[in-house]
Formats: sequence, structure tokens, C-alpha cells
Amino acid sequence: MTFKYNNVYINATGTVSGPFENNGPIGKYFDKSYQDMYFKTTSWEKAETRSIIDSVDILLNKITKTKKDIDLFIAGDLLNQLVASNYAASSLGIPFLGVYNACATSVEGLIIGSNMIESNQIKNCIVSTSSHNNSSEKQFRYPVEYGGPKKKTATFTVTGAGSAYLSYNKEGVKIESATVGKVVDLGVKDVNNMGAVMAPAAAWVINKHLNDTKRKIDYYDLVLTGDLGIYGREILKDYMKTEYGITLKNYEDCGLIIFDRNTQPVYAGASGAGCVPLVTYGYIFNKLKKKELSRVLVVATGALFSQTVVNEKSTLPGIAHAISLEALDLE
Amino acid sequence: MEKNRYKDIVKDHTPKENRLYNTMIAFFVGGLMGVIGQGLVDLYALVFDISTKEASIFMIVTLIFIGCLLTCLGFFDKWVHACKAGLIVPITGFAHSMMSAALEYRKEGLITGIGSNMFKLAGSVIIYGVVSAYTFGIIRYFLLGG
Repeated sequence: MTFKYNNVYINATGTVSGPFENNGPIGKYFDKSYQDMYFKTTSWEKAETRSIIDSVDILLNKITKTKKDIDLFIAGDLLNQLVASNYAASSLGIPFLGVYNACATSVEGLIIGSNMIESNQIKNCIVSTSSHNNSSEKQFRYPVEYGGPKKKTATFTVTGAGSAYLSYNKEGVKIESATVGKVVDLGVKDVNNMGAVMAPAAAWVINKHLNDTKRKIDYYDLVLTGDLGIYGREILKDYMKTEYGITLKNYEDCGLIIFDRNTQPVYAGASGAGCVPLVTYGYIFNKLKKKELSRVLVVATGALFSQTVVNEKSTLPGIAHAISLEALDLE
Repeated sequence: MEKNRYKDIVKDHTPKENRLYNTMIAFFVGGLMGVIGQGLVDLYALVFDISTKEASIFMIVTLIFIGCLLTCLGFFDKWVHACKAGLIVPITGFAHSMMSAALEYRKEGLITGIGSNMFKLAGSVIIYGVVSAYTFGIIRYFLLGG
């Protein structure tokens, strides 16, 4: 399913990161960074909520609007029952849709918001996504202070939140089109190799997007996947070529942009629902606005599992959604 | 694509774990822990003038205390991560797993937090420790008569 948009723009973005992300290669692009993991709250879950609220506040300041001017708040995170987003929505008081597609949540939110704006159901909306390393480790893995060895293919969850303000005002970056992905399960059971879980879903949605829009892959200056990591990236390249005959050239992975694997202990790279928004709303948004990049296809990837199904040894399904972002006034 | 063919692609791009290196680290660190333990037993036996059996209990308590303290100070996880099974298999690993879970769930209350989650990682060790002790005890009773 591919949607074409004529009048949807990301006017502004707000990003809040944790200390590790701030020390990474694109740290200077974030609007605000905290130096400890508690973000001046008393728990990691509250810290995650804090990061969403902060990113929305920063965003509202940038566009000089108040909460009352916003029609809809779409948000999602990785915590059970979306608690981080729920509490942020409770504090903000804007009509709220909670969305979940694991680490593909950010683009899912953008697609929902864009469709509503394109069809004039709403004038504007804010789309937020967050993750927090410690709250995710606690929920999906081991206690944070437990130091059991990790596999090389394991990833490091991003701490932070990104918010985008969408409206039909021609300003910022254009959302040109989007493709909704399907759930793909090719039988991977290793929860420590999420790149392998998500790569086939990313490949499917890229191919679908190119077919629906009748484009070649080199139409885009950059194809950006969510959080496949260093090994997942190679799997995707290989799979894309053998299955669909497409060679990925101008291709990067958000999980490898946000951290420096040589100096930061992040194993195969970054992951988490906050990874795509921090990279896209911080770094890529900036480049598109300055026209250093013209057309970017963002493919957010998510692994759809819970700890229970992992323990029951089920195969792990993945999903990916693609959204095409364009600099303004392209020929 | 067939799942098997995809498995091959995944396998091609999945790095191998350095089993030999990990084993050597575990061997040397585990051995060092053994030396420290034996040193403590000898020390306690000499200083307090007690049997080595009693001194070994003192030694275990000391190592558990150190494991818990260093976990609470926040850097033992990095040591365990680096030393792998060398610190996980000895009693320090058991102390570390319980203390890290206790720290993690403190905010959820004494009963619903610490009480019900402290054995999250270590519970299996206790359960299967007791089960295997019973099993081998019974075998020993029938084979050797107690």
C-alpha cells in the first residue's frame, strides 16, 4: 500500500537524547541532551516520559504554538502498554493516538498523521517516538547492572525521543509518499540478532515502494534503514540482491550513524524506537533543509516480539515501513 | 524465499563468537578466583584458628559480600562482562545476579519489587541445585548406602 502526498510537510522537529547519543558522531544535532539516565526524574520509565514531553515542548517553542493549537498527538514507545507515551499524552492534554510497531513506530506515526492531513481530517499533528536504554533492558533483557556477556550481533538501545510537527504549510521538509509494510517472518529465532529478523521486511517494503512508485533505487540520494546494525545491513544488501535483484548503493543504517562502534561499546550498532527519529529528525532533517540531500527514503524496521514468545521459542516476525522525504522546491 | 536459503544468508553475515578467547579468559580469571578463595580459607584458618571447613564458609561469605558491594558501586557488571564465565560461574556471579535484580526492582517496592524479582536470574540456580542435590543424594544412598 503506497500513499502519495501533495500537501504534507514536516515543519519542525524536536529531539532529546541521553548522554551516550550526545557523545556520538551526531550529538550536536540534538536540541537537548541529558547527562545522566534519569533525566531529573526518579525512574527510567519516568525519564522516558520526560524525554517525550521535553521534545514536544522544544518543538512547540520552535513553531511558536501552544498545546491548544495542536489537533492530534500520535506517539509510541517500547514499554508495555505504551506507558511512556501515555503519561506524556496525559501531561500534554492533546487528543492522543498511541501506536506500536516496535522500532518502526516512528514511521507508522508519520504515515497515520500524513494521511489525516492529506485528507483534511486534521490541520496539524505532532508525531513522537521514544526509547530508553535502561527501561528497555529491564523489560526485554536482563537487569541493567547485570553484566552477562553479549553476542556480537546484539544491539544497544537508544535513549531519547524525537517529535515532528506535521501540517500542510509548505515549510521544512516535504513528506512525498509512504509505503505500509507487511509482517515478514523468515524463521529467525535469535533475539540477539534482530538485524536478521528485520532485514527481509525492510527488503520487501523497499521493493514494494519502488514498484508502486515506478522508481529505480538511485532515485533516492539516500536509503536509510532503521536499526539493522552492521551485520543486518550486510544481510539486507545480500538479500535485496538475491531476492529482488536490487543493488543498494547510497544506503546507510540509522543504527550505525548515531553511535561510533569503534569508540562506543554498542556491539552491532544502535536499536530502539528512538533511533530512527533521533537520526531523521535531528541529522537528516537538517541536511534536507539545507538541501545537502534531496530525496531520502526512510525505512524504519521493527522486530515484533515479547519476552514470552522468545521464551516459547517462537520465530520472530519483523516489519518495516517506508516514507519518502524531500527537500522543498525540487525540480 | 525459502527459510533455509535465508538462513544461509544470515549465517554468511553473522560473526563467530571467539570461543577459544572466551574460554581462556574464563580459565584464567576463574583460576585466579580459586587462588583468592584458597588464600582466604588459609588466612581465616590461621588468623581465627578454625578448621578449613569453617574457614571456607567465611571465604564464601566474603566473596559474596565483595560481589554484592562492587555490583552496588556500579562497576562489577563491566568486570563480569569482560571476564565472562570466569566471574559468573564462581559464587560472585550468583551474588551479582541477585544484587543486580534487587537494585533494578527496588523502585517497585519491597514485596512486589525486590521480594518477587530478586531471584529472577538466580532462581534457576537454586531450583536445579536443590533438584540435582536430591537426585544425586538418592543415587548415592542406593549405590553406597548413604
